[in-house]
Amino acid sequence: MTAVTWVALGLTLVAAPALPGIVNRTKSLLTGRRGAPVTQLYRDLARLWRKGTVYSRTTTWVFRIAPILLLATTAAAACLLPLDGRSALLTFAGDFIAFAGLLALGRFALVLAALDTGSSFEGMGASREGTFGSMGEPALVLCFAALALATGGTSLALMFSEAPSLWSADGPALAMVAGALLLLTIAETGRVPVDDPATHLELTMIHEVMVLDHSGPDLAIVQYATALKLALFGTMIVDVLVPRAGLPVAASLAVWLVALGAVAVALGVVEAMMARMSLARVPRFLVAAGILPAFAIILLLGSAG
Amino acid sequence: MTTLSSLLLTLVVLTDFAILGTSRLSTCIRAIGAQGLLLAVLPLALHPGWSLHIIGLALGTGVVKAVALPWFLRWAIREANVRREVEPLIGFTTSVLLGAAAVAVAFVVAPRLPLPEREGTLLVAVALSNVLTGLIVLTSRRKAITQVVGYLMLENGIFVFGLTQAERVPFLLELGVLLDVFVGVFIMGIVVFHINREFDTLSSSRLEELKEP
Repeated sequence: MTAVTWVALGLTLVAAPALPGIVNRTKSLLTGRRGAPVTQLYRDLARLWRKGTVYSRTTTWVFRIAPILLLATTAAAACLLPLDGRSALLTFAGDFIAFAGLLALGRFALVLAALDTGSSFEGMGASREGTFGSMGEPALVLCFAALALATGGTSLALMFSEAPSLWSADGPALAMVAGALLLLTIAETGRVPVDDPATHLELTMIHEVMVLDHSGPDLAIVQYATALKLALFGTMIVDVLVPRAGLPVAASLAVWLVALGAVAVALGVVEAMMARMSLARVPRFLVAAGILPAFAIILLLGSAG
Repeated sequence: MTTLSSLLLTLVVLTDFAILGTSRLSTCIRAIGAQGLLLAVLPLALHPGWSLHIIGLALGTGVVKAVALPWFLRWAIREANVRREVEPLIGFTTSVLLGAAAVAVAFVVAPRLPLPEREGTLLVAVALSNVLTGLIVLTSRRKAITQVVGYLMLENGIFVFGLTQAERVPFLLELGVLLDVFVGVFIMGIVVFHINREFDTLSSSRLEELKEP
C-alpha cells in the first residue's frame, strides 16, 4: 500500500467518465459521423449534478439509497484491483470473491430500486438485469479461477501482476481469459451487442430502463458508477494482456492509461460493426463468455498434470 | 509441443464451439473451413523439419478441407436454399454446454490413454474432443447439411489423432483418407440436393418414414 496505489485509484476515478466518451467517439467516427466530444460524460455529470432530484411517491428509502450503494460498492471493488499493475489498496486471500460479490451487491441495489418504483417497464429491466447478471457472474468467477490456477496466486493483486509474464507458457489459456473478460465487459457495462446505452425503446433496454426514474444527482451517480465499472473491467483486460510489473512507476501508469484507451477503442469498433442482439441470444453470448475460461481451466489442468 | 501448435489446437476446439453455438448454416460452413485451414497449418507447426511428406499433407489438407469442401457445401445450401438450422433436437445453448462437458471428458481421458509417445497429450485431447463434439452435432441437428458438418468434425478429430503418428503413417494412406472424405461429402451433398428436391425440405427426419408422404 503505497502512494502509487492511491495515485492510481485517483486516476481511475478521474479518468473513468472519459472511457464511454472514447467508445462513443470511435463508434461515431467509424460510422461516418463526428460524434460527441470525448468529455461529454463529464459535462452530462456536471449538468445532472446541478439539477434537483424528483422522487416518485411510490418509492421508499430503498430507491434513494441504491445509487449511493452502487457507487460505494464499485469504488470498493476498485480498491481490490491492482490498478498500478503491482499491488492493490486492499489485498487478502480470496479477495476475488469479494470483488465479484461487491459488483453483485451494487447490481442488487439497482435492481431493488427499479422494482421499488412499481413501474412495469423498470420491473422488466430489473428482471433482465438479474437474469443476465446471474449468467455473467459464473463466467467472471471462472476467469478468476483460471488466472488463480495459472499464477498460483489467491488474491487479485498476485493474479494480475503475475499473469502477463506467463504468456510464453500458457498463452492460449490467457488469451481465452482475456477474450472472456472482453465479452463480460460488454455484458456488464451494457454496451452493444448486449445492450444499447443510446436507445430508449423500452422493449429492448436492459440497463437504461432500470434507471428511468432516477434523476439529477442520483442519475449522475449511476452513470458515473457504470463508467467506473467499465474502467475496472478494462483494467482487468489490460492487466492480463500487458506486462508492466517491471516498468518504472510513471511508465507503468502511462501504459495502463493508454491501454485502457485502446480497450475503449476496441469496444467502439465492436459497437460500430455489430447490431444489437435479440434478447433471446444474450444467454448464448454469456454462455460463450463462460465456456472460454472453463476451457482455459481445462487446458491449464491438462498442462499441469 | 510448441506454443504455436498449442494455440492452433486451442483454436480448433473454439471452432467446434462456434459450430455448436450457431444456427446459421453459412457460419457453420465458415467455421468448418477455418478448422480445415488450422488443421492444414498444424502439421507444419508440429514437425519443424519440413519433409516433403509433411508439406504434401499440409497442402492436400488445405486444398480439400479449407477450399474444396466449404465451397461445395456453400454450393449445396445455395442450391437447396436453406439458411438456418431451424429446430435442432437439442437447443444451441444446451449443445454448447454439452460440448463443454465433452471437451472436459476428452481432456481428462487423454492423459490416461496408453500411447507410445507422451508429448502428444494435447493432440489426443483435441482429437477426442473434436470427435465427441462432432458426434453431438451429428446427432442433435436435423438439417442434412449440419450433419455433414458434424461428420467433417468427426473426421477432423481422426486427422488430428493421426498427426501424433504422422511420421509413421504412409503418405498414400493419408491421401486415400482425404479422397474418401471428399467423395463422402460429395455424395452427401448430392443426397442433400435430392432430399430437398423430393421433400422440399432438408430435414432428415423425413427419411425415417418408409411410406410416401
